[in-house]
Amino acid sequence: MSNGNSENSLIRMFHVYRRYGKYSALFDINFDVQKNELVFINGPSGAGKTTLLKLLYLGEPASEGQILIDGINLSRLSKNKIPLMRRNFGIIFQEFKLIPTKTVFENVALVPEAAGKSWRLVQKKVSSVLRAVGMEDKQNAFPLTLSGGEQQRVAIARAVAGDPKIILADEPTGSLDAESAGMIMELLKGFHTRGSTVIIATHDTELIRKTGGRTVYLKQGRMQQPSTLQ
Amino acid sequence: MIPLYFKHAFRDIFKNRLLNASSVITIAFSVVITSSFILFLVNTTDMLNLWKKEIKIMVYLHPEVPGEIIPEIQKKISGMYGVQDVRFISKGEAIEILKEQMKRQSSLLENLKENPLPDAFEIRMIPSSRPWEKIESLAAQIDAIPQVEEIEYGQKWLTRFSYIIKMFKLTGFALGILFFIASVFIVANTVRLVLYTRREEIEIMRLVGASDGFIKVPFYIECIIQGALGGIIGLTILYLVFVSVLSNVEQGVTSGFINVKFFSFGIMSLILLCSMFTGWLGCFLSLKQFLKTA
Repeated sequence: MSNGNSENSLIRMFHVYRRYGKYSALFDINFDVQKNELVFINGPSGAGKTTLLKLLYLGEPASEGQILIDGINLSRLSKNKIPLMRRNFGIIFQEFKLIPTKTVFENVALVPEAAGKSWRLVQKKVSSVLRAVGMEDKQNAFPLTLSGGEQQRVAIARAVAGDPKIILADEPTGSLDAESAGMIMELLKGFHTRGSTVIIATHDTELIRKTGGRTVYLKQGRMQQPSTLQ
Repeated sequence: MIPLYFKHAFRDIFKNRLLNASSVITIAFSVVITSSFILFLVNTTDMLNLWKKEIKIMVYLHPEVPGEIIPEIQKKISGMYGVQDVRFISKGEAIEILKEQMKRQSSLLENLKENPLPDAFEIRMIPSSRPWEKIESLAAQIDAIPQVEEIEYGQKWLTRFSYIIKMFKLTGFALGILFFIASVFIVANTVRLVLYTRREEIEIMRLVGASDGFIKVPFYIECIIQGALGGIIGLTILYLVFVSVLSNVEQGVTSGFINVKFFSFGIMSLILLCSMFTGWLGCFLSLKQFLKTA
């Protein structure tokens, strides 16, 4: 399922399958994402949305098929190049995945530190992204002392701290109240407007309707044409 | 990047201080036990070497050896490798020396019908030839001279003493290996426990693009610091015990007779390096296994 020309594609998936023994989570996925695009992956729980994102950030390998990220074939990537490839992504999880023993600042700093940036640049970058998500006054707080919405904002700050080409968000509003969810979506839309490619996996069709953007549908691991949707 | 790794390592040591303390104590304990043996060996070996330096080889000739061939035998021995000087002690001179040493029992010697002592040579060796093997080899060469009846250089008790030291060396070596393995095992398990408690953190670090090196280096620094701390604590304990034992023993030992000393700076550095290596190895084994399966 593609949108626009293939030369401008940042992500390309060709006949991708993901199997766990006899059980198949994804069937014959063909999917393109253009640069600076905002794409929603929609579908019910268990449709394969999270699995699809995992294949992109190399959380799991595809059982079959090819995935190209900015022209690089993931199946041909050597193990030591995986960290470098992952730095192309900013990943946001439904359960935030912040390190509870590190402060907000340390959680966000992890990304530029892992990329080998100098301490001066790390400080500058962390302050800038925390300001962008409105969390600069909580930089010394520990994640568990923050609300869900605040933790997700920190997770977004961490996701964008490495200036990634692609932001992947897996049910980013799934654990949040309506107000916090709206704030998070505004932040993600803001990053998209400023030039980031954003892919959001969500089952919340109302959220998609409010935000707007291309939507692909997954059902029982298969990508659906809009006409087949019920 | 390196200061950052140290920052992470020190922070993690503090956070997991109880677990890390167990590794440090184990390494310190191993250092105390193993180093005690090394200390004993260093001092006894020095003592043995000092005694060996004083060694003279006494060569006793057959009673029927004619006097005219004695200079020839003396020349032969003088020409042997490692011999510094050879002094001939005639049986007459020997009995005079004996009389001098046994003044109170001189009547016993005066009643003798004939001198029972043999002609002899007293041999001093050049300093570089004093290692035990060389003394033994020289003694064997002299013993091969047909006119020589007996050779004496304190071989019986020195051999026994050398044997005891050799046994101590073996025991020390075996204990060293045993404690080294135990320390590596405990450090490895401590690191494994820390890794399991930080499993999620490591997973997150990987997801944000951290390389294995970025994850591993602070652990290595942490374990090397543990090893160094264990080594320093172990050596300090050993030094304190050494000083306290020595102060008690010295009262009963004539000063200067036995020169007991603690480790040199070089040996202490070597022990410290070994304990740091122990920490590193424990960490290496755990990380290798964990990062493969994680």
